[in-house]
Amino acid sequence: MAYPNDRKYTKDHEWIRLSGDTAEIGITDFAQEQLGDVVFMELPEVGSQLIAGDAFGSIESVKAVSELFAPVAGEVVEVNDALKNHPETVNADPHASWMVKVRVSDAGAVAALLDNAQYQSLLG
Amino acid sequence: MTDAADTEIRKTALNARHRALQARMVPFAGWEMPLEYAGITSEHLAVRTRAGLFDVSHMGEIEIAGKDALLAVQRIACSDPALLQVGQAQYSGLLTPEGTFIDDLIIYRMAPSHFLLVVNAGNAAKDFEWISEQVKAVGNAAAIDSSSRYALIAIQGPASLDVLQPLTGADLAEIQPFWFSYGEVANARATIARTGYTGEDGYEIFVPPNMADKVWQAILDSGESAGVVPAGLGARDTLRLEAGMRLHGSDIDETTTPLEAGLGWIIGWTNETFIGRERLLEQKAQGLARNLVGFEMIDRGIARHGHRVMQDGEPVGVVTSGTQTPHLGKAVGMAYVPTAQSSLGSTIEIDIRGRAANARVVKMPFYKKGSQA
Repeated sequence: MAYPNDRKYTKDHEWIRLSGDTAEIGITDFAQEQLGDVVFMELPEVGSQLIAGDAFGSIESVKAVSELFAPVAGEVVEVNDALKNHPETVNADPHASWMVKVRVSDAGAVAALLDNAQYQSLLG
Repeated sequence: MTDAADTEIRKTALNARHRALQARMVPFAGWEMPLEYAGITSEHLAVRTRAGLFDVSHMGEIEIAGKDALLAVQRIACSDPALLQVGQAQYSGLLTPEGTFIDDLIIYRMAPSHFLLVVNAGNAAKDFEWISEQVKAVGNAAAIDSSSRYALIAIQGPASLDVLQPLTGADLAEIQPFWFSYGEVANARATIARTGYTGEDGYEIFVPPNMADKVWQAILDSGESAGVVPAGLGARDTLRLEAGMRLHGSDIDETTTPLEAGLGWIIGWTNETFIGRERLLEQKAQGLARNLVGFEMIDRGIARHGHRVMQDGEPVGVVTSGTQTPHLGKAVGMAYVPTAQSSLGSTIEIDIRGRAANARVVKMPFYKKGSQA
């Protein structure tokens, strides 16, 4: 699966796509592949504050639990409730399956994350 | 576990097949095994609705033979092997003198004085050492580790009989559940048992390792039109959990007895010589402090192995297995809870990574063959 150029990536295998001051956050194709069939997601409430580097939710496959880490700080402005009911969407289309939308406090922090080429070289 | 670094990982005779099928291979109990091929969910559903093919060659085989073989097996197994006819199999436990599980196993009576024990891969070396020691005390019987003589292939699911029958002269319908027969499968000499670990009808086929590849491929080819798929350890675990089957190392171990684990039915009280019997009799007389129960989540969340069962802020029990089951589509699990909380319908509180979530005690198995999801 192709990794889009319209976003940044993290070493925790998440992607973040900024538009204006709001960013969508999801997990990468590599992450969903490693997890296997996703069956459950725990996502924060609208209004919660994310702290960069801290866990903000979890994603579970049949076999494993994986925490979601905030790539940058910000306030959750929208949660993708459809994913809670259909978590398998994350496997089918990870790069379209945003989990939360966050109002980012520091756009520079997003710019400092990995670009597509850097992320793919991380995957080796 | 500690010796993992200096022990080479073992491979079954089907390793190349798994790789060719692009399975995700993982280390398991010292073996490199397929965790999943197309995905745990689809493999699980295939077994419930059609059939799945499993390589379980990592399982250990121990044979006990000799004039006093029955006495030897009666000493080490908590069921009563004397009740077995030749050609019949029995689920049983290998217990410590304290009545706790060294392992669980299936005993096959091959001949009046010849038994085959199939044990868990991770326990096979420990089991063999223990069994050899105990058998010595009995008299004219010997234990042999024959794991390397067998590859074990399981076909599980409602289509199993129809898929396997064209490959063998044995009349598969004649083999009743927990019985076995001999025959050829795809021209390989085989022991064919109607046993399994999925809660579904099916067969476990013991073949010489050098024939495993041929048998595996013949079954996949025969099952292609019926939608038979290879299935990995991941699906094996979710299937057995849905079927309420205990996993040694998770639900039962050297700290738990068959009575506590809700496996009182496997105890052969007519067997008066098995190790651990006195302790089980005592426990039965005294009553149980805790019980293994099945639960399904009321609140959102999946309780997993190791999560605590809480009461008034104190841990009172522990989850031993838990997952979101693919076929039933709900989060279920097993947990040890105080006897007072173990009756059907009780609400228990589980600490899921710091969040309190309620679950309801329900009857196991969660899934019964032939029932609808």
